[in-house]
Formats: sequence, structure tokens, C-alpha cells
Amino acid sequence: MTEDEIRRVVIEELSNVAPETDPASIAPDEDVREALDIDSMDVLNYVIALHTRLHVDIPEIDYPKLLTIAGATAYLGHKLGSAIAQ
Amino acid sequence: MPSLGADMETGTLVEWLKNPGEPVHRGDVIAVVETQKGAIEIEVFETGVLDRVLLTPGVKVPVGTPMALISTPGGPPATAAAPPPAAPAPALVQPLRPSPPVAPAPIARVGVAAGPRPHVSPAARKLAEARGVSAAALTGTGPGGAVVRADVERAAAPPPAEGPKRAGLDLGEMRKAIAAAMARSKREIPHYYLSQPVDMSATLDWLKAVNAARQPPERLLLAVVLLKAVALALEDFPEFNGFYRDDGFHPSETIHPGTAIAIRGGGLVAPAIHDADEKTLDELMAALHDLVARTRAGRLRSSELFDPTITVTSLGERGAESVLGVIYPPQVAIVGFGAPALRPWVAGGRIEARPLMTATLAGDHRVSDGHRGALFLLEIERRLQHPEDL
Repeated sequence: MTEDEIRRVVIEELSNVAPETDPASIAPDEDVREALDIDSMDVLNYVIALHTRLHVDIPEIDYPKLLTIAGATAYLGHKLGSAIAQ
Repeated sequence: MPSLGADMETGTLVEWLKNPGEPVHRGDVIAVVETQKGAIEIEVFETGVLDRVLLTPGVKVPVGTPMALISTPGGPPATAAAPPPAAPAPALVQPLRPSPPVAPAPIARVGVAAGPRPHVSPAARKLAEARGVSAAALTGTGPGGAVVRADVERAAAPPPAEGPKRAGLDLGEMRKAIAAAMARSKREIPHYYLSQPVDMSATLDWLKAVNAARQPPERLLLAVVLLKAVALALEDFPEFNGFYRDDGFHPSETIHPGTAIAIRGGGLVAPAIHDADEKTLDELMAALHDLVARTRAGRLRSSELFDPTITVTSLGERGAESVLGVIYPPQVAIVGFGAPALRPWVAGGRIEARPLMTATLAGDHRVSDGHRGALFLLEIERRLQHPEDL
């Protein structure tokens, strides 16, 4: 997957957990919890969706890395890249 | 039309999910009703056969209006969707009268209720047409029960520009429901408040270890651990679990904590998780997951709104340090949990950084005193020091 494709997946899954919001319109380094009014159940649903869709392991300790669009794109890119490399 | 909370006055039938002649069982979803808290699935309280429906979809009726007749084996027909005897509303237990015939479909206009049509003033009729309200389905407050302009204005939906609109949920209506319930609470309930700092090291370490061994779909949230601690503590403190009615306090034998769920854009509903004391943490997590999804989609079940026995509100990790809650009548207590945060704590004579969380209780002084309330909070704190037993 390219970086752009990963970013699209991140935005799409954020939009699924917070359908009233427009995640594409927020800054890449903005905290999505603040910008989209996302609570811990929404964060869990977002992580479940990314885990299920991309088949990557996401330990709870890594949740903070997923809380900006730029951070999530880099984190998932790294995870997917190392999965391919193996 | 069942009462789904202290704040509900009317409901609008959206659709029947069972047809006349079909058997129904206690707990079956029989109809969908639109309320200020979204579309609610109405569960039936009788087992029998759906004999006749008394309302057509689109009709808005006051709480207590019979919706359908259900024939029970060996007994006379019973009105459907009436609450169980524990919480009677006067209009719901009235003896059955011969019901007015249901208007045949071809001539039934949406919004025309079965039964005598109320008188509608010409000005009200004109306004109703302009606002798209069915004047004939309203309860009139004018002379002789006539529907007047003010009734139509009350019933008219706010113009779309007035606030965020969402599928299934009208946030303007929800705000009115919250306002009515909270105003009644502050008018009638003599609240007292207590708060207690809780060292959350044990619970958070345990939760971290449990979740580290699980994939995301199986992970637990702190909210369900807190819910279970409250539910178990309530077993020894029945004076915080139940309903205050005209004739005094009725403790509940079952523990159905209402869980405050925030709606994005502004709004709040606290539907019940049934028998929380008997559920495992995994079962509670599944129940909460489902409940949050349906609350935000505007699709709750009548029993979830009807019978919470206490409310629990958790502010979550981005919340404030503590919450002093307003009791939701007819309940008699609300337990609040602030956001856990690292703060100085004295342990063994030394100051250490520990994750602290402020637990609070708002209690109803007509039922309990601060002394018992403090013991209840300490019991919750004690339970949270042994999360493996929850």
C-alpha cells in the first residue's frame, strides 16, 4: 500500500466511527480525539477497524501513535512495510 | 404508549413490527416509536396473540395511550406495551373500554388518530399546515381541549438551521428532554454530594496486562471495570439502587445501571445495562459496545430507557478531574468517575506519583444519608483495589 492509500484508509475509518464529522478537513498533526470529539469507545472501534482491515497487530501501548492522521499513516506504513519485508 | 423516562410526555408510532393475529412473547419488539431520545424499539410485556392495533403509524399520542390489544391465554385482552406493575402510570392501568375501530387504511390520513378528533382552531390549523404538523394528533390546551396555535408551535419541529440534525436523533428534542428531567431533579431531589480519591494503580496495571494479551476486538475499557465495581458494591447498599415514587422509595432487587453516553454535537442518554452485577467483564464489554452503537444511531429498546436503577457516568481519559452529577428521577443516586491522572499520593510515608481518579456520589437525602454514601464510595474504592475479583 502507498502512503496515500493508507492515509485514505485512516480517514475513512475515522469517518466511520464519527460519521457526523469530516476527518479529511483536519490538520494531519491534530489530535483526532479533540478535533472529532472521539471518546475511548470510538478509539477502540477505530483500532478494531484498522486491525481487521489491514491485518496489523496494534498493541494498546501504541494507541497514542494512532491519534493523529500523520502519526497513524506513518505507524501503519511502518507495520505494513515490515510485514512485507518479512 | 409506555413512559420511557421522567421527561417523556408523548411518542409517535413509526411502525408495527408484528401483524394482528401473530403470537407475541414477553420481551419481543412489537413496534418502533419516535421519541426525544431517538427511535425506540418497544418491547411487549405480555405473552399472547396480537389481537388488534389501535394506532396507525405517524400518530403522536400522550404517554399512557393504549397502543394495541393482546389476547392472553385464558384471559381478557391486555393493553400492549404497558410497563410492568412495579411502575404504574395512572393512564396505563385504566380498565379497558371498547376500543374505537381502527380507520381502514384507504381513508386513514397519516396523523389522524383513531377516536374522537380534537377541535382545532383555524389559526392552529393554518400554522400546522405551514409547519407540517398533524394538528389532529396533538393534545389541545385551549378551551375544551381545543388545539390552539401554541400547541402547534410546541409540536412543530425546529427549523433545520437551528441545530445539528442526525439520522435517528433530533438533538434539539433531546436537549428539551434533558432540560425537563434535570429541572425536575433539581426541583424535587435534595441532593448531597461526596467525593473520594481512588488510587487506580492496581486496576490500570491489571487492565493493561489483560489487554496486552488480547486482540483489539476482545479488549476491555476502563468504563466496564468501573461499572462492575459499582454494581457489586450496590449489593450491600440497596438504598442507592431503585426508584423514588409518590409513596416513597422502592429498592430494586435487580441492578440495572444506566450508563451516561454522550452524543457528538451535544446530547446525553443513560440507557440501562441489565443485571450488571451478574455479568462478566467480557459480557459487560459486549453489552456496552452494543449499547453505545445503538444510542448513537438512535435505536434503543424501551426496557433500556425504562428501568435504569442508578446512573454511572465516567468522564473518560479526556475528562475533567471530577463530576458532581444530577440524579435522573425517579432514581436516587448517580456515581461519577473523573479522568484518571498521575498525581502525588502518600504511600508508606513517601510521596509517589500514582494514577488517581476521583469517585463521586450524588445521593437523594429523602432516602439515604452521607454516612452510608461514604461507606458506599469506600466499598467501590475497595473493589477497585482487587480488579481480578471483578
